[in-house]
Amino acid sequence: MASLVTKKSGLFVRLVKNVNDCTKRLSSHFIYYPDNEKPVEGETTKMNMMQAINNAMDLTLKTDPTAVVFGEDVAFGGVFRCALGLQEKYGKERVFNTPLCEQGIAGFGIGLATAGATAIAEIQFADYIFPAFDQIINEAAKIRYRSGGLFDCGALTIRAPSGAVGHGGLYHSQSPEAFFAHVPGLRVVVPRGPITAKGLLLSCIRERDPCLFLEPKILYRSATEEVPVEDYTLPLGKAQVLRQGDAATLIGWGTQVHVLLEVAQMAEEKLGVKCDVIDLQSILPWDEDTVCNSVKKTGRCVIAHEAPLTSGFGAELAATIQEECFLHLEAPVSRVAGWDAPFPHVFEPFYLPDKWRCLQALTDTLHY
Amino acid sequence: MSKLVPSVAKLLAGNSVTKAAAPVASTSNAKYSTKSQASFEIKPYKLHKLDKGPATTATLTSEDALKLYEQLAVIRRIETASGNLYREKIIRGFCHLYSGQEAVAVGMRAAMRDCDSVITAYRCHGWTHLMGASVAGVLCELTGRKTGVSRGKGGSMHLYARNFYGGNGIVGAQAPLGAGVAFKHKYSGDGGVNFALYGDGAANQGQLFEAYNMAKLWDLPVVFVCENNGYGMGTSMDRSSASTDYYSRGDYIPGIWVDGMDVLAAREATRFCIEYCTSGKGPLVMEMETYRYSGHSMSDPGTSYRTRDEIQEVRQTRDPITSFKEKLLSNELATPDQLKEIDSKVREVVDEATKLAKTDVEIGTEELSADIYADCQEPLIRGILPNTPLTHIAVAQRN
Repeated sequence: MASLVTKKSGLFVRLVKNVNDCTKRLSSHFIYYPDNEKPVEGETTKMNMMQAINNAMDLTLKTDPTAVVFGEDVAFGGVFRCALGLQEKYGKERVFNTPLCEQGIAGFGIGLATAGATAIAEIQFADYIFPAFDQIINEAAKIRYRSGGLFDCGALTIRAPSGAVGHGGLYHSQSPEAFFAHVPGLRVVVPRGPITAKGLLLSCIRERDPCLFLEPKILYRSATEEVPVEDYTLPLGKAQVLRQGDAATLIGWGTQVHVLLEVAQMAEEKLGVKCDVIDLQSILPWDEDTVCNSVKKTGRCVIAHEAPLTSGFGAELAATIQEECFLHLEAPVSRVAGWDAPFPHVFEPFYLPDKWRCLQALTDTLHY
Repeated sequence: MSKLVPSVAKLLAGNSVTKAAAPVASTSNAKYSTKSQASFEIKPYKLHKLDKGPATTATLTSEDALKLYEQLAVIRRIETASGNLYREKIIRGFCHLYSGQEAVAVGMRAAMRDCDSVITAYRCHGWTHLMGASVAGVLCELTGRKTGVSRGKGGSMHLYARNFYGGNGIVGAQAPLGAGVAFKHKYSGDGGVNFALYGDGAANQGQLFEAYNMAKLWDLPVVFVCENNGYGMGTSMDRSSASTDYYSRGDYIPGIWVDGMDVLAAREATRFCIEYCTSGKGPLVMEMETYRYSGHSMSDPGTSYRTRDEIQEVRQTRDPITSFKEKLLSNELATPDQLKEIDSKVREVVDEATKLAKTDVEIGTEELSADIYADCQEPLIRGILPNTPLTHIAVAQRN
């Protein structure tokens, strides 16, 4: 163990001990913090994130006669059942299975959307999106630009479950948002729970640019909220400040937001400080104003994501923050991320930027 | 497997005495088989752009019969154990069972030579064992333990052995790799043939057609084996594929359709493929029609897109083990006692491996950052907390 961590080994040893003490392998590394504020007035229903996504697609199919939903096994709902019941309701012409061919699914969706239909494609796991990488990068993202605005595939939304799930191993756990954040012309969005999933997905579907909607798969069933029944959208390109404070700014997206909310609570109880907690929500384009205003106020910033550190999206945030907030910073911008290693089967609890690691980074930042 | 060999040898030793004169046959409770070999007719192959196909009659010795039976039984048992370990939450994550498809791997392996290689998809537990990994090596990998073939770092889908280039978790991704491995066989002149297996679902992936083209263009010794179990995840082949004649989908590559529920058909067809590929004629496509009893993976009950009756019917009428067993018994290549003895030995080995898969240690956390690069230019692996990198270490042997 001594060779494993060159500094601050005490924390790591404690973590290893905590994990080893658990009789069962950890299946989740966070506490879910439900949203209590309703984005719109009116009737609500208790939904988990899977149901909220189902509801968003249901509303779309109901109100948009050109909308179609397709992907591997979506006819019976897909592996996570997000499309459950939609084929029975809207027919096989509008909700259908594709062969197992991600490149084909993406290309087909681009053509469909370019021709004017609302295309909602599901890639079964974000880890499987890479065969479709060329289509998304070279076709979807560039078609408006390279056709001089004659064509676009803004009506395309690609949904893909991403992130750690407790036991996914190498090919069912990755968070590929940074790969796509490098491509002008795309929108990349990650919800943190049922309410944001419904509102942001409806925005993505109606947005006039192609959107990649990465759904943290561990939240499908574990996250439950009172979700407005009616149709509503949430703005793309906008971050949300979930907690307010003056000591530091904590930035995350997806599942990691909940880790940071707990870290903020721990910091308040243990360190007596309050932090801004920001859910970035939109990875591309991202909300520079909200982030930089917060960091200018607090002077300290911790960014956390599950994807590996090197060239993770935190790198872009950190670079922009130091550029925009340089004279306000009291400490270097800190990143807490997955290791620069393939996502390991047996080591998931050690791989993730859990609350202890984030709290340690926050403490270091505060004492810099 | 190695543990099983002596027992079979013992059985055979007992048998060999009876073979020639067969005195035991005269006693009513013969423990050992009385015939040394028998011939079997094989369900006709379908051919695509081939004038001549594999042999339609297969000869089976009692020695080979017992070996094949044991391999079929051990794979079925491994998968039953895997399913149970998954339900006990000891195997976590993803787990794809091969039950129902055993004859494909066992038959193919029986015809393969030491220099041949295999690459397959995620339904790879049985293949890994047939290619030389111990039962414990397979089960311990699934439970993430040190004895696992990948030291527990891979888990299900990430199993490897000598000349076995792995399970692969990305649908269809292994097919072009197979073409690459085949090029190596050709280039080095080692006489080997690569068998690149994929399912009827993966048959619709674009990269398969890229691999076909390269393989034929360069006449590589590769056999693209489509294990057609009828369902690509939860979609039946009729609803996913414009043409379900998978053996003909190589277009310019000749193909063979084989009854993949018959271990002897698989063996004879593979023999033919090896002969064809090593004669310099280039690649083949071989479709093995088979069936999987379980869902696509453990999270799929496997009953929402097909009826329970359908599964039951296959089990009763086409099961690769039951049908082979009946053949052996009716042709007196084995006695019920011999098969029972193999069954109990198989159970013992798999039970022992299952026990180890539950109790074996996990590798140390220092291996989180092991073997990412051959040599790490920067010996430290970044991540998690700034300024607290992990040390990159080399655990596995480098080539």
